[in-house]
Amino acid sequence: MSASAKGANAPSRELLEKLFRTAYKIRVFESEGIKLYRQGLIRGYFHPYLGQEGIATGVCAALKEGDYIASTHRGHGHCIAWGADVKRMVAELLQKETGYCRGYGGSMHIADISQGNLGANGIVGAGTPLGVGAALANQIRGSDAVTVTFSSDGGANNGTFLESLNLAAIWNLAFVLVVENNHYAVSTRIEESTRDTDLYKRGLAIGVESHQVDGNDPLAVYHLMKDAARKCREGKGPILIEAKTFRHMGHHVNDPGKYMPSEELAAWKAKDPVDRARAALTEMSGIEISQIEAIEQEIRKEFDDAVEFSRNSREITIEEFQQFIAAY
Amino acid sequence: MTREIMYRDALREAIDEEMANNPLVFIIGEGIAERGGSYKVTEGLLAKYGSKRVRDTPIAEAGMIGVGVGAAIAGARPIVEILYVDFAMLGMDMLVNQAAKFRLMTGGSGRVPFIMRTQGGTGGGVAAQHSQSLEALFYHIPGLKVVMPSQPADAKGLLKYALRQEDPVIFLEHKHLYMTKGPVPEGEYVIEFGKADIKRPGKDVTIIAWSNMVPRALEAAAKLAEEGIEAEVLDPRTLVPLDKEAILASVAKTNRVVIVQEAVRRGGVASDICSIIQEEAFYSLDAPVEIVAGLNIPVPFNLELEKASVPQVPDIISAARRTLHLQPRAIAAQ
Repeated sequence: MSASAKGANAPSRELLEKLFRTAYKIRVFESEGIKLYRQGLIRGYFHPYLGQEGIATGVCAALKEGDYIASTHRGHGHCIAWGADVKRMVAELLQKETGYCRGYGGSMHIADISQGNLGANGIVGAGTPLGVGAALANQIRGSDAVTVTFSSDGGANNGTFLESLNLAAIWNLAFVLVVENNHYAVSTRIEESTRDTDLYKRGLAIGVESHQVDGNDPLAVYHLMKDAARKCREGKGPILIEAKTFRHMGHHVNDPGKYMPSEELAAWKAKDPVDRARAALTEMSGIEISQIEAIEQEIRKEFDDAVEFSRNSREITIEEFQQFIAAY
Repeated sequence: MTREIMYRDALREAIDEEMANNPLVFIIGEGIAERGGSYKVTEGLLAKYGSKRVRDTPIAEAGMIGVGVGAAIAGARPIVEILYVDFAMLGMDMLVNQAAKFRLMTGGSGRVPFIMRTQGGTGGGVAAQHSQSLEALFYHIPGLKVVMPSQPADAKGLLKYALRQEDPVIFLEHKHLYMTKGPVPEGEYVIEFGKADIKRPGKDVTIIAWSNMVPRALEAAAKLAEEGIEAEVLDPRTLVPLDKEAILASVAKTNRVVIVQEAVRRGGVASDICSIIQEEAFYSLDAPVEIVAGLNIPVPFNLELEKASVPQVPDIISAARRTLHLQPRAIAAQ
């Protein structure tokens, strides 16, 4: 889009800056997090959201306080877009007491119920029924909150995908299922997992309003999600959004992703969501390059500070652990 | 004041009172709204509380259990009724990997006040996929509470307590108990988890039993009394948490133990209770602990075979007599 696209419906500078900040923050978190992992500071699994930043960025920018999200094993991006404290995220990855889960959960279980983040999830597809449940709870308490579950092409082949979306449909819940179609379930291509690779059609099959969007275009995701959230608050949910995207690397840090064709990967990298968020901001808002550089610097510093904070944080003690588990 | 009411009515009273107390309590399940449930536990609740809080579901156990767990995480108080415990197997990921783990995984900030009500056991001629006693599966998973009431008063008090605490509860009723009657106090009361109840006091042998094995143990105790043997029948009521102190106190008094479970013997809760007793009360014992349990097989349809598959009153009597050295120890048939 060019500057001439400015008009009554043109996105505000504030929105464009927010989208860029979020996408860039995720990019930094994942890129720098991988370095920490490779230095041996992070144990267990680390599933990078690199390449998919446009989806969480656009979706969360369209939600408001009091709404809910449920995430996946590849969940850092959703947390950040939701406004999580990077300090507490890094601290959790470094198994510190100051982490979101005090070091009990790690990368795959970061949650913050007080802020409506129902958590990342180590079981692919499990966030779908949990998100529908939160939407049901909100309907019962008469809240107009919207719940979004981030799922995936992998999660779409789990039985609970249909079961829970169907429950959301018969009960008209304020629920949006965002299917991040990154074309791979770990290493298995979507064409090997299903006959029709346009996953939004699965929603149509059970009477759910469903859309497809370029997941690497944060602004397009934002507009679609904004509309979906409004409809949900009007009692016209649930809605399914399939966002096409592609990972920039393998399933997790230690997966070289050799099964990903290099030409296809290059084509998707040319549509990098962070670059597009930056381009949208510069082209549509008239922001100076120096201002963008300042934003980037600020975000990098926030991450560095989070690492510093986490390194200086303590771990949970065995005594605290014993006290905590007495209830089991 | 107490009155005699049925187990199913006691359960309904608990749900009704708690729904009246707390607008966040709701119930979903197959055929529970208009129809009132296969066992009539939810009869009348739709008319009283409306379709927002009393909902029928499609036949989708994984989905409905998962939705219940999600609603609980988000602060509501769901009861998910599953027709048969056998069908709960379709929702095991949601119970085992989600509900049970959430509190620890979040470092204690996330709680899951979720209740799955379901029923198990033999007795209806409904064969292998509708007759199981699966408490050991849930007992094995840290993070789940396992409740198995044997009498109407317990059913009501325990269900009310379940609806006021913060952890996932597997509430296992018994298909054979719904129409049994018992005294239930008037007015509100709760029964805390982890408190065993002595259903019959005695000094010669402790019979530990839960769910539908309690009436059988009581019948056995009555017959043993005719022989001059005073059996104490202890009902743990909740298997998780387990009232170890009450069990050990009873063993210290009687020095002899029979544990009765309807579930198959292999890997069962009875074996675990037995291990606790041998570790912590070994020197109190005057005889080996006896376990009377279901055979290690799927439940057959034929009535006589079904009966032969699970503990009957004479099996319990024989086991009690063995602990008193009144008859020789049997060689395990299986």
